[in-house]
Amino acid sequence: MQPVVSLKNVNKIFGPASRPTTVALKDINLEIGPREFVSLIGPSGCGKSTLLRTIGDLIEASSGEVTVNGKSAHQARINREYGMVFQAPVLFEWRTVLKNVELPLEIMGVPKAERTQRGRAMLKLVELQNFERHYPWQLSGGMQQRVAIARALAFRPELLLMDEPFGALDEITRERMNAELLRIWQETQTTVVFVTHSIPEAVFLSTRVVVMSARPGRISDIIPIDLPYPRNVETREHPRFFELVTIVREALRKGEEMRES
Amino acid sequence: MRRVPPALAVILVIVALAVTWELVKLIFNLDKRTLPHLWEIAAAFAEPSRRNGPPLINVLIEAALYTLRGALLGFFIGAALGFVLGTLFAHFPLLERSLVPYVVASQTVPILAIAPMVVIWLRGSWWSVPVIAAYLTFFPVTINTLRGMRSPDPRAVELMRSYAASTWQTLWKLRFPSALPAIFTALKIAATSSVVGAIIAELPSGIQQGLGGAILNFNQYYITGPERLWAAIAMAALVGILLFVTVSAVERIVLRNIVRSA
Repeated sequence: MQPVVSLKNVNKIFGPASRPTTVALKDINLEIGPREFVSLIGPSGCGKSTLLRTIGDLIEASSGEVTVNGKSAHQARINREYGMVFQAPVLFEWRTVLKNVELPLEIMGVPKAERTQRGRAMLKLVELQNFERHYPWQLSGGMQQRVAIARALAFRPELLLMDEPFGALDEITRERMNAELLRIWQETQTTVVFVTHSIPEAVFLSTRVVVMSARPGRISDIIPIDLPYPRNVETREHPRFFELVTIVREALRKGEEMRES
Repeated sequence: MRRVPPALAVILVIVALAVTWELVKLIFNLDKRTLPHLWEIAAAFAEPSRRNGPPLINVLIEAALYTLRGALLGFFIGAALGFVLGTLFAHFPLLERSLVPYVVASQTVPILAIAPMVVIWLRGSWWSVPVIAAYLTFFPVTINTLRGMRSPDPRAVELMRSYAASTWQTLWKLRFPSALPAIFTALKIAATSSVVGAIIAELPSGIQQGLGGAILNFNQYYITGPERLWAAIAMAALVGILLFVTVSAVERIVLRNIVRSA
């Protein structure tokens, strides 16, 4: 089967070619299949956000090949094949919740009636159907982030890129949002690439956890997560969950030691 | 502390100013020519502006409406020009770097020096009034449009990029709404300076019908009736305030849903 995301020998160097300042990504090779949920985890400065932005063609790789659904990352962005969620909700404060979700559809020229219908369906998916006329500032942080997820999914992209989407939320809201995201992922059959620095979050959500280490940013380990579905509150208390958390933690530490030696 | 209703606050300030005015007059023993009593100025509105003429207030209202027309037109021309320039500068850094210094320089030249030349270029037509008013108004609008268009969160710009939105779509759906608060701030400044510009423009144009003409005229008869010049000045201030309040009201309606959390 054709991978949704394919990275071959991807390098990203910041600064001018004559005097490179930072090697943000070094020899990245990764394939992500359809309906996978892949987390990128690592210490800050390991290039996980840079890697995500490279997949989304928001940053161009210095060398190597980035393909999304068999096309170049650039073509995939022009074709609107992925949705993006940032750490902050980045909602437009002058638009109502529903109008925010409709934004990508508006840009894509979807007719008004269909836009509204799709927007409402998305709000129902994130369980905010009673808030469509509210303005962003009237919602809590967690609710705002759910609006951002609804907006990213509004045009039914096959790929969802998420950059620490729950990083700014408290632990309790975060766990609830994790469960919610897992449900949405299963309902929408989307492929997700998820950047985080929370080990339990990565283990709970993912089919695979990609462990990265810093300076230069590279992949140091890939850990398949074999926790059974449906995953819920009990999953977090499952012995296998703790084992996997430990495995990821050790992989992270090993990545750090490799750098130091 | 209990909140003072805004209407009451306005009245309190006016009363305080009036008391200060009269106190200054009393303490320094100022004569009518230096500083007339407030009630003398108020009474002047009702008296005929010249023998057997209509009351001063009628003359001043007519003059104010005449000046307002030029000021308003200048305000709209200046605002439109400022918006277009600011938008262009925000999108083309090369244009910004090469032209903004001249835009700034244009504002360091005293308007009093420019006005007579504009009058000559436009052969003394009425159009020199809106043109000079626009000259004063385009500057704050240009600078604030430029700043406002650059104000969106970089992630919001990335979001638009992820949708493969065109520059035009990003302008209307993101940059323009983000810039509105800054643009309205500029429009409020422009509203008052457009009245100043219109009055100044009337002087070298030899236009008699406006407030500029009235101020010039009452200036000449200051010795015999100082309160009439003061009345004309009060009317000029009133026109400026009227425009300012109108822009503020429009701002409140347009920005009613925007609550800046930061």
